[in-house]
Amino acid sequence: MTPLVTLSGVAKRFPNGTLALDRVDLAISQGSFVSLLGPSGCGKSTILRMIAGLVQPSAGRIDWPGLPEAARTGAHPELGFVFQEPTLMPWASVADNIRLPLKVAGVAKADAEARIAEAISMVGLEGFAEAFPRELSGGMKMRVSIARALVTRPKLLLMDEPFAALDEITRFKLNNDLLQLWQRFGWTVIFVTHSVFESVYLSNRILVMSARPGRIVEDVAIPAPYPRDDSFRVSDTYGDLCRAVSLSLHQAIAA
Amino acid sequence: MSAETPQPRPRRESLWLKLGAPIAIGILVLAGWEAMVTVYQIPWYILPGPVSIAQTLVRDWHMLWPSLVNTLQVTALALGVAVVGGFSLAVLFASARWIELSLFPYAVILQVTPIVAIAPLIIVYVDNLTVALLICAWIVAFFPILSNTTIGLNSADHNLLDLMRLYGARRWQVLWFIRIPGALPFFLGGLRISGGLALIGAIVAEFVAGGAGSGSGLAFRILEASYRLEIPRMYAALFLISGTGIVIFLFFTGLSHLLLRRWHESAIKRES
Repeated sequence: MTPLVTLSGVAKRFPNGTLALDRVDLAISQGSFVSLLGPSGCGKSTILRMIAGLVQPSAGRIDWPGLPEAARTGAHPELGFVFQEPTLMPWASVADNIRLPLKVAGVAKADAEARIAEAISMVGLEGFAEAFPRELSGGMKMRVSIARALVTRPKLLLMDEPFAALDEITRFKLNNDLLQLWQRFGWTVIFVTHSVFESVYLSNRILVMSARPGRIVEDVAIPAPYPRDDSFRVSDTYGDLCRAVSLSLHQAIAA
Repeated sequence: MSAETPQPRPRRESLWLKLGAPIAIGILVLAGWEAMVTVYQIPWYILPGPVSIAQTLVRDWHMLWPSLVNTLQVTALALGVAVVGGFSLAVLFASARWIELSLFPYAVILQVTPIVAIAPLIIVYVDNLTVALLICAWIVAFFPILSNTTIGLNSADHNLLDLMRLYGARRWQVLWFIRIPGALPFFLGGLRISGGLALIGAIVAEFVAGGAGSGSGLAFRILEASYRLEIPRMYAALFLISGTGIVIFLFFTGLSHLLLRRWHESAIKRES
């Protein structure tokens, strides 16, 4: 199966001379849930932003063999991006926030309404369409942010530590909901995190990264079957996997 | 835990205190003033009492009212031009850095040069007095709108801007969907300042125009009354000017609250 996106020999040197990423080779297969795990400053967000086209690599190339020819360059409506902060427009209601990408793309009003309603129900925010961001809790704001990323029906969802600022109970709930949506719709997800437990719970593949310069040091498969739920979280398998990944992360930090 | 921590003082004072206290102070001061004028028998041509001023206001209303209308027209027109000009210039500044860099210093020069110093020149060069007054009022009114709106347009959330780039948004879409709504609180703050400044600009220009502005605005009425030592009418005109300023301020405060009450921190009532 052709991978959705490949990075070959990608490096990034910032204008101040820091080498943020050094020779990253990576192929993301379609439908996979990949986590980039590493200490801060290892360039995991930079990889994400390069895939999104927000940062240009200083060397190497990013290809999209999994997309039709016409969609490989320019803006990527096939991408959804979720930031660490909800990044909502405070002056717009939940529905209007989710509408933003559709308005930019010029989607017809009737079609847009249906898709917004669908996105709202996907993230479980029925009844909050007219609420304003400041009236919502942190977890609900993040749900709006996810709905906005999903409303364009992306092939690839890029998530940059989306749940890092949430409390543990909310995070577990969102982890479960995200996994269910992923299984139902079968997008590809690239998920940046610094939490071993979160990455093991969610992904079927973890790329462990190390800093100075940022590089991928280990590629770990997480073979546990889906659906995963709270019983997986307390299972021995989960514990063993976390221990193994934790060990590689420690080695990556020491390296 | 709540036993030890001091409760924060409620932010929402009762309406009674908010309205009652300043009104009480006002009445006290006016009554004291009137009492002083009566007790010391101060002649009206030195210091008229509030009652005498009120009587003058009613008696001279036929000449004060057209002057008020005149001043209001200049103020409103100047503010209107300042809003359109300041806002458009801010959008222009936000869309190209080189325009901002090349023009902003001149906007600052215009702002820091006292209007009283420029006004005589403008009145010399511009034949039509109303237009001259308008230009003066506009010069002082437009800068707060320009500088506030420019800051507002430039303080858009960087992640939102990234998101727009990701979606392949055009420049006008970024401006219209993200930058302008985000700049609204800043713009309204500028508007509140400019409303008062437009009035000040109009009045100052009228003073400078002096006799040339015969039969025009409120400032002319004050000058005219001072030549004739009609002190109560000076006070009456002054009262109208500050009253106008207060109404302008309240109007824009209300407008700002109305537009921002759903989302901006400045307009949200806090639970206490």
